[in-house]
Amino acid sequence: MSIIALLISISLTIALIFLGVFLWSMKSGQYDDTYTPSVRMLFDNDVKRPDEKETAVKAELKK
Amino acid sequence: MTRTDVVAETTCFHCGASCEEIHWRDDKPFCCKGCETVYEILDSNNLCEYYNLNLTPGTKTPAITDTSYAYLDEPEISAKLLSFNSPSFASADFFIPSVHCVSCIWLLENLSKLHTGVVDSKVNFANKTVHIDFNPTRISLGTVAGLLASVGYAPRITLEHEKKEKPRTDRSLILKLAIAGFAFGNVMLFSFPEYLGIDQADHTLTRIFAWLNVALSVPVLFYSGIDYLRAAVRSFQQKQINIDVPIAAGLLALFFRSTYDIATATGPGYLDSFTGLVFFLLIGRWFQSKTYESLAFDRDFTSYFPLAVNRLSEDGEWKPVVIYHLKKGDTIRIRNLELIPADSILLDASAYIDYSFVTGEAKPVKAKSGDKVFAGGRLIGTAVSLAVEKSTSQSQLTSLWNSDAFKKVNESKYKKIIDRAARNFTWVVLGIAALTAVYWYVTEPASMWLVITSVLMVACPCALALAAPFTLGSVLRELGKRQLYLKNADVVERMGTIDAVVFDKTGTVTHGQDPEVELMGELDESELAKVKLLTGFSTHPLSKFVHEFIRKSATGSVDDFRELPGKGIQAHMQGKVYKIGSAAFTGFHEKLDQSASYVFVSIDDEVKGYFMIRTMIRRNIADMIQRLGNKCKALLSGDHETEKQPMTYIFGSNTTLLFNQSPHDKLAYIHNLQAKGNTVMMVGDGLNDAGALKQADVGIAVTDDTGVFTPACDGILHGSEITKLDKMLELTRASSTILKSGFAISFFYNAIALSFAVSGHLTPLVAAILMPISSISVVSFSTLAVKFVANRKFKDIT
Repeated sequence: MSIIALLISISLTIALIFLGVFLWSMKSGQYDDTYTPSVRMLFDNDVKRPDEKETAVKAELKK
Repeated sequence: MTRTDVVAETTCFHCGASCEEIHWRDDKPFCCKGCETVYEILDSNNLCEYYNLNLTPGTKTPAITDTSYAYLDEPEISAKLLSFNSPSFASADFFIPSVHCVSCIWLLENLSKLHTGVVDSKVNFANKTVHIDFNPTRISLGTVAGLLASVGYAPRITLEHEKKEKPRTDRSLILKLAIAGFAFGNVMLFSFPEYLGIDQADHTLTRIFAWLNVALSVPVLFYSGIDYLRAAVRSFQQKQINIDVPIAAGLLALFFRSTYDIATATGPGYLDSFTGLVFFLLIGRWFQSKTYESLAFDRDFTSYFPLAVNRLSEDGEWKPVVIYHLKKGDTIRIRNLELIPADSILLDASAYIDYSFVTGEAKPVKAKSGDKVFAGGRLIGTAVSLAVEKSTSQSQLTSLWNSDAFKKVNESKYKKIIDRAARNFTWVVLGIAALTAVYWYVTEPASMWLVITSVLMVACPCALALAAPFTLGSVLRELGKRQLYLKNADVVERMGTIDAVVFDKTGTVTHGQDPEVELMGELDESELAKVKLLTGFSTHPLSKFVHEFIRKSATGSVDDFRELPGKGIQAHMQGKVYKIGSAAFTGFHEKLDQSASYVFVSIDDEVKGYFMIRTMIRRNIADMIQRLGNKCKALLSGDHETEKQPMTYIFGSNTTLLFNQSPHDKLAYIHNLQAKGNTVMMVGDGLNDAGALKQADVGIAVTDDTGVFTPACDGILHGSEITKLDKMLELTRASSTILKSGFAISFFYNAIALSFAVSGHLTPLVAAILMPISSISVVSFSTLAVKFVANRKFKDIT
């Protein structure tokens, strides 16, 4: 029956590792928002970007 | 032959609302200037991808001004909002209620393309917040907020809210939940030998398992369940027993009993039940907090009343501004009997300030030029200008509104019932648990501990305690949506019992805006200017009309200003005595046309002329009065009987119409009605009837510009919404029925569940699941029922 003691300790260790991983992911904020990242990855990165100076000038003018 | 009408509806390219007046731009229709502006901004920055991700993704955007967020740049305020602050890098979180789709996320995350000062922005869709990193040397916090507003995502700034740091507490609850769940699963695994009955085979193994269970349960009790233990300890410290005590007792009983069993090797204990119990209790708590969040989220915002004060704007004009937009250095003007909204410095020579709302001392205090005057004081006499020292928050004034000085005698009925019930209930629960324990100890000692725990769990009267705040809270919110802002939930209860309504005339039944004013008599330019100046000091509606009617610039020094309620105002100017007010007050004796109101002007006791003012009667008010029926008891007016004819037409013959009423007469009338056993609601403008508003069981101040703050009243109603007053009364009456049904449901739950628990048919696990379900169902019932009733009541009223 000693094999059971070994298996138990292994299963408990693995369970503890998973608990640790969960706590870590929790603390690093991965569950704070479960919707936005799924959408964010679909956005195109190559939006035509006007010259930065031009934007700045426009913003100045608006003021 | 039938005719078919075809209506081609044009919807706004930005927000999807149907357009009444179409603004075309780039062949795209827009419903309003605001939407069009947003499109222009996006178009000029190549951000029109926004419209491809989702059709009509915008929300209707009223055109806004740049200045409305300038107050955020005050260091004190920005410190509260910024989560990180350094000279070249800062970040802040904004709550944006209008975030609702993919396009919103896309645009908000591309903010850096709109302004180079924005470094990065990240949306949290679940919380509707956006986290913005920006460069303070290039863009200020106020401008960031303005930028968001300019593209249709106006952030909702609440300084009080920012302090709470909600996410952290939420996270710790989930951590506790995770630990409890982990332990629960493993304890069940180690209890398998017990479940299958193989303990005879290998005794040492079961002992090891049992001790492992204890080890797993320790963090469950001392980490996951600590909130319950703490609450129980706190309740003992305050020598008051609360509803967490039975739960804590149940947890401790299960844990120590099981540990004792295991230590003495007399049994396997109930640690699987114990850990599962904590796990389900925490799930319930988490689910509850989610439900409450979604139900109660905007309660604080909509039940607030908007307040404004006159501020000197840059172009030299007095413009009303919402008080929490006041910032240090602003010059504001406070009129006779108005409240000082923020701590300020007096700019004029002297002023009398009545601090009775703050200190209870009724004698006005004299302040000299340069003295500091404090928020909450009320000005007596001449209007003064003040320089704001400290910005103020809405909650400060709300707390002032709720101060003891204005508390009505009759305390909340339900609160008392609940307080008493909760205390007695806990004793009853402990008593029942003890009796059950004795019974089971005699008949079946083995299951005693489980039964006790179930009893303690299920009897918790938390649903009872939640029914009232949620019902009354949602009534407050529904009324707030219809622009009746009540002081607190107690007022809802009192409003439900109203059987007599008394109206004031000017500003209540008649319009507070756009009157017809005519000037008769010989007043020259400089005299008119002085009249304008003097009437500007008074808050009486007629003074306001005269003040607005005279289009002159007015300056000068005023001495010995006095406002005599019900009569008029009096002051010395350049050696002359000016009296502005009623005919009797100024000494005018001729007969005039009785269908209008008059304001007479006398200089050194010689009547120089008068203003004839015809105020419009509010639209649809007659219908409302008719629907009120017998409840409408009287009309009290401080004016002459000039408008008796139209008033009789509106109020019918059953209502008492009293004219020439002094503030004291009005108060006495209300007092009389109360002495006759009526519960009275007074509806007035809150200026010359403040006493009556306070005396009445419910005093409602009607206002058109939301400028005048009358702490004596119980609610502020926007003038245009007065036609819904009867329906509002009906809603509050219905709320008391809803509340009683909520109590009934909660009691029903407890009674049924308790009977199952006592007879041993309910395991602690089921009890732990049942408990939050009962609370949630009660809370959802009361919120939804109020919403349903409100929608039905207000459906036909415009």
